[in-house]
Amino acid sequence: MSRTALLCLAALAAALVYPLLVPNYLVNVGMLMLFTAFLGQSWNLAGGYAGQTSFGHVVFFGVGAYTSTILQVTYGWNPWLAWPIAMLAGGAVGWMIAVLSFRAGLRGSYFALITLAFAEVFRILANSVPFTRGGLGMLIKADQRPENFQFKDPIWIYYLALALCVISLLIAWQIARGRFGARLVAIRENEDAARALGIDVFAEKVKVLTLSGAMCAAGGTFYAQKYLYIDPSIAFGVDKSVEMLLVTMVGGAGTIFGPLIGSVALTVINEATRGLASVVPALKNVQPLSLVVYGVMLVLIVARLPDGLMGLFRRRPRHA
Amino acid sequence: MLDPQIIFAGVLNGLLAGGVYVLVAVGLTLIYGVLHIINFAHGSLLMLAMYAVFWLWRLLGVDPYVALPLVIAGAFGFGWLLYRGVIGRFSHGRDENILLITLGLSIVIDNAALLFFGGDTQTIDVPYAGRFVEIGAAFLPLPKIVSFAASLLLCAVLGLYMAKSDTGKAIRAVAKERQGARLVGIDVDNIFAISYGIGIACLGAAACLLMPSYYVTPTSGHAFVLVAFTIVVLGGMGSFVGAAVGGFIIGITEALGGLFLGEQLGQIGISLIFILILLLKPTGLFGSRA
Repeated sequence: MSRTALLCLAALAAALVYPLLVPNYLVNVGMLMLFTAFLGQSWNLAGGYAGQTSFGHVVFFGVGAYTSTILQVTYGWNPWLAWPIAMLAGGAVGWMIAVLSFRAGLRGSYFALITLAFAEVFRILANSVPFTRGGLGMLIKADQRPENFQFKDPIWIYYLALALCVISLLIAWQIARGRFGARLVAIRENEDAARALGIDVFAEKVKVLTLSGAMCAAGGTFYAQKYLYIDPSIAFGVDKSVEMLLVTMVGGAGTIFGPLIGSVALTVINEATRGLASVVPALKNVQPLSLVVYGVMLVLIVARLPDGLMGLFRRRPRHA
Repeated sequence: MLDPQIIFAGVLNGLLAGGVYVLVAVGLTLIYGVLHIINFAHGSLLMLAMYAVFWLWRLLGVDPYVALPLVIAGAFGFGWLLYRGVIGRFSHGRDENILLITLGLSIVIDNAALLFFGGDTQTIDVPYAGRFVEIGAAFLPLPKIVSFAASLLLCAVLGLYMAKSDTGKAIRAVAKERQGARLVGIDVDNIFAISYGIGIACLGAAACLLMPSYYVTPTSGHAFVLVAFTIVVLGGMGSFVGAAVGGFIIGITEALGGLFLGEQLGQIGISLIFILILLLKPTGLFGSRA
């Protein structure tokens, strides 16, 4: 067995035991960390492997969250049954945005900006149309039974987040080692060269954004079931888009473990600033402080460390 | 059906709002045209300038219109330093990377503002804020008329500067052909820093003109960033005339959208224009290339 495989098994074992040993607060912190890693991984497939930087990935998250919540609240569906439908909806929106944008030949910054605009359109629509209840948001009735996708003990939602995170890692691993991943990387490195090699660039990009959208939508349903409430600015606000991008870029875009490492780093920074804020009363706003640190890290990493924190673990010859 | 008088008033209000948009967009399009950088921090820097105007008024009692030269100079200096210290060092390579760096800057600026200034909405209370001018059926707030006229005046001054001064000529030379400009002895890096500074100076001016009739919070930048990008893309990236025409179109679209579709849904017009232009005619109205 290779060293990496052993390390993965050890980490998985630690993640399984962790919630049994710590108080509920830390179980929740761990859950959020794993969930953010999952969302980051969905961004990573399109933004990392295929190099299609998105500023509006939250659109898939929001479509997933709203689809399952509307099915559940308005039509009385069981949320477990609504979950795959939410993923289909997220995939469909991913497919639509990809076909429109890539048909028009948008690349790089232009693609990033148009995803931002799509997310904004969905936010405004969710604010205005009747079936989302507008700015009031949607409340899911609390009924804490597992068959209802609600859990009394936070440990179960933690394990669910762990399962999502592990599945996302397996998906990334499958993609990275297969031909699909190789084609995506070729597209990222040089689209014209990839096309010259016979890769159907358009089809591959549509495929990866559809997959990424479906994954991200699964996260949206998870979020709605955890907090039992969504509104347009949570579901389609720019903050979540930025979070997915940040953890992936900081951890290492286009690497399997990048989003997870980035999410761990974000969590550590968050908790450290929380500790600092409890000592220094002037810094009572924890969230902005950790985001300032994270913004600085983003700038430094994009400029100096293109493989993110993952780049620190790997010793490999520098390419020109 | 709405009364034509109301529509007339809406169009006038949209035109007035468009005046300041033009100023914001001219800064963005200048930076793009010369440096080929998409400055995602544009909205955040505008927010920062608006706070500067607010604190000058709150702490020293300086009227926002009096502060105009000071804030323009300060914004230019800040932009120049930002380019020299951060953006210029990292601005080579893939264009997404530069976009990500300016995104990182905007995250830092937004959250630093939240940390130091708090999340409250701040407004400036000046005696002329409540005055109106009557044109036909339209009652137009005096500060908006001032900001409209001053924006256009400043854009004209900037246009003249670009056309006539040596620095302006150097900037245009660098925008057209940076290798050639270097060969004839222009300090290209310095021109980049100056262009970025001028782009941010436009934001300083816009902040002074906005504050008497607007408010500022740490998230104010978000409200402007998509508007500014839409104008620039609509007009054609890098085109001055495009930024001016686009600014007015967007101002009127926003006003009429609010009138016909309501406060919430009315905002959708800007995002839709942005998406449609990128999908159908990415060169915009006056752009030469995508």
